[in-house]
Amino acid sequence: MRYMDDSVVMKRMTKRITFNKVWKTLFFLATTFALVMLAILLYRIVTQGIDYLNFDFLTNFASRFADKAGIKAALVGSLWLMGVVAPVSIILGVGTAIYLEEYAKKNRLNDFIRMNISNLAGVPSIVFGLLGLTIFVRMMELGKSILAAGFTMSLLILPVIIVAAQEAIRAVPSEQREASYGMGATKWQTILRVVLPAAIPGILTGSILALSRAIGETAPLVVIGIPVILQFLPDNLLSQFTALPMQIYDWAKRPQEAFQYVAAAGILVLMTVLLLMNSIAIFIRNKFQKRY
Amino acid sequence: MVIDFKEEKSVVKTIHTGAKPSIDVAKKVVYDTRNLNLWYGDHHGLKDVNLSIYENEVTAIIGPSGCGKSTYLKTLNRMVELVPIVRTSGEILYRERNILDKNYTVEELRTHVGMVFQKPNPFPKSIYDNIAYGPRIHGIKNKKILDEIVEKSLRGAAIWDEVKDRLNQNAYGLSGGQQQRICIARCLAIEPDVILMDEPTSALDPISTLKVEELVQELKKDYSIIIVTHNMQQAARISDRTAFFLSGEVIEYDKTDVIFQTPADQRTEDYISGRFG
Amino acid sequence: MVSQKENKTTSVQQLIANSRNQKTKKIVEKAMPALLFSAALISILTTFGIVFTLIFETFEFFKRVSITDFLFGTQWLPFSGKEPLFGILPLIAGTLKVTLIAVVVAVPFGIASAIYLSEYANEKTRRTVKPILEVLAGVPTIVYGFFALTFVTPMLQQIIPGLKLFNALSPGIVVGIMILPMITSLSEDAMSSVPNSMREGALALGATKFEVAIKVVLPAALSGIIASVVLAISRAIGETMIVSLAGGSTPKFDLDVTDSIQTMTAYIVQVSTGDAGYGTTIYYSIYSVGFTLFIFTLVMNLLAHYISKRFREVY
Repeated sequence: MRYMDDSVVMKRMTKRITFNKVWKTLFFLATTFALVMLAILLYRIVTQGIDYLNFDFLTNFASRFADKAGIKAALVGSLWLMGVVAPVSIILGVGTAIYLEEYAKKNRLNDFIRMNISNLAGVPSIVFGLLGLTIFVRMMELGKSILAAGFTMSLLILPVIIVAAQEAIRAVPSEQREASYGMGATKWQTILRVVLPAAIPGILTGSILALSRAIGETAPLVVIGIPVILQFLPDNLLSQFTALPMQIYDWAKRPQEAFQYVAAAGILVLMTVLLLMNSIAIFIRNKFQKRY
Repeated sequence: MVIDFKEEKSVVKTIHTGAKPSIDVAKKVVYDTRNLNLWYGDHHGLKDVNLSIYENEVTAIIGPSGCGKSTYLKTLNRMVELVPIVRTSGEILYRERNILDKNYTVEELRTHVGMVFQKPNPFPKSIYDNIAYGPRIHGIKNKKILDEIVEKSLRGAAIWDEVKDRLNQNAYGLSGGQQQRICIARCLAIEPDVILMDEPTSALDPISTLKVEELVQELKKDYSIIIVTHNMQQAARISDRTAFFLSGEVIEYDKTDVIFQTPADQRTEDYISGRFG
Repeated sequence: MVSQKENKTTSVQQLIANSRNQKTKKIVEKAMPALLFSAALISILTTFGIVFTLIFETFEFFKRVSITDFLFGTQWLPFSGKEPLFGILPLIAGTLKVTLIAVVVAVPFGIASAIYLSEYANEKTRRTVKPILEVLAGVPTIVYGFFALTFVTPMLQQIIPGLKLFNALSPGIVVGIMILPMITSLSEDAMSSVPNSMREGALALGATKFEVAIKVVLPAALSGIIASVVLAISRAIGETMIVSLAGGSTPKFDLDVTDSIQTMTAYIVQVSTGDAGYGTTIYYSIYSVGFTLFIFTLVMNLLAHYISKRFREVY
């Protein structure tokens, strides 16, 4: 006895195949939604901001008047901030990654460290701001300085760097380690001279992407209480400073319409910096990809 | 002892002699392959293949690895198209319709032509849902009919007794051999006309292999079976006809006992006697 | 010839044996693991720092405001001079409104794009679309906030006449766009890791690609997909700048999405940019709100972790 009725099956077949085509189109349209949104966003910001983006904008300090407002203090401040965040977060992140990948034995403490890192990655950035405000600004009395903000941002992006560095270290084939041990090298010599050089492209790519997150991050700076209208440039790590996203936030919330254009120009500067950093990361990734 | 041996031999003989006269004349052709060529990008994978496959027979396809035997099998239900760079020319007539014609929908073709894969690939669902998957996509929703189909298919694949008490358990809890028979049952559930088997026992232990081989013998009463195998003893044991492939070409195609006892081509003889491959 | 060769070998071995760095080598070998371990400890200290800061300052807050008023109060009026009210429910309502709208936008689009990329798209499309999604994920939230305020809100106001300048709808939609790439790429990873043999098994039974996607791949990848959605929800709850710019600062305990709201994060920003002095009740209130926010996101993150571990399919 047959259960499948050929005529019924064939009738349904046409319907099913049409169904598949319709859904394929819907899935495709859904995919283009994100792309269209990105295009609109970029188009809006470029058309709003491009007229304000000139040499004066880059070299002027902040101002109460929209047409005199400039981004100099914020741009320089963001660079100072990166000057703290980059070394602190990369040294701590890579150190942790080496420990976890090369030294950590399977025990509860190390499991806890791993679990802790993945949870830390999910803590909202504003909560890191509260941590920075309490510990660095008040308890350590660093004030609203580059150092306080830099430490806060470093902790914020630390999990991202750790994970990227772990992946890069894991990708180094174990044969290379064995070859080094085979010649009587110690563990640290092997890590320093074989593992790290091979993992550096991956570590750099991940670190640059993490830093580009730090440079666009606003919430922790707001909570720490970074000022926005500064008429001077920072001269040491304990100076007050302002940063790009902070400046943009201040402009964006002003009621005068002219400041919207200033904010858009500021966003263009920020996005250019991000684009530059991302291009470097992609360049490194492509140049050193698949060497084994 | 001696008598047993003799009896066994005579049985084998009668099967061969009994089968011979009816073939070719009375048997219907299921698949007729005409001048089939296939390229993977620049690689010429199948060269001018001409083969006729008969109803209710087991057709074995043998040859060294890379000879195109699996590719040919996958062309028969157009699974080969999953590789985007594949091009074909020539015709494959299935029940007198060219399946390589773009108007022939793959879904329809694969409803008539089932396939069993090299490695058992049940879905991560219950045994019941695995078997019911095919009937369900073809629109059968009635629980009672589904129950009957599941039982019939599992019986057909000789695994009903082993799993009847745990139909709701995940198919991954079964052994490799049982999983493969679940996959055969899944294929039987849509009541196909032809079953393609791509080295179905290569991932199984000898006992499971034997079970699957017995099953194939049983199934050929109702289905036409095309089986790719790297195991020549297996081809000799279970098939009625054998095609020998080498570098994308059909070297020889004949009744299995002819291929294994009096091959016409030197290369066939060399392969069968184990000189290469 | 032979003796020369021997000489050479012994001399290298001797050089190694005589080298003076053996002692420093030993010290380094012992010191490095300890040094690296202390780097790893920083991440634990960070967590402890966060937890203790929040608990300690929240404790100060509860010395001034009763815990039941905080948890069950339906009015959040910290700045009303005479009788400030600290009931967190309006802030939670604001957060949940935005999160819910974001999920409604991001989940269908995110999963649909993941299905397209993993089941239908060819290699070339995938290679084009995925980097663009990465760019979208890398756009700073302040930029999204600006976009919400200056583009999405005015556009929505044309469609919905009663929509206020600050509302829940516009930031909700934009937060949805922000978390979309996360859902797409994590769900796509989950679907791509479903072995091809499953797809082949279903295709060989005459299934269409749609049936393969919905009835085989989706169920097999479900734990990964749900985990990605939960993680994205956690991100939406903690999102700050979009809601600060476009959501407003009027905490309300209702279901209206067209009117001004305030989320937990936006309140912390409002106090931080204002001039509430150190040690005031308002100052401590940002920690109590931060603590609540932290609990919300922690629960979501642990849930995502649990789902992807517990329900992971074994193929």
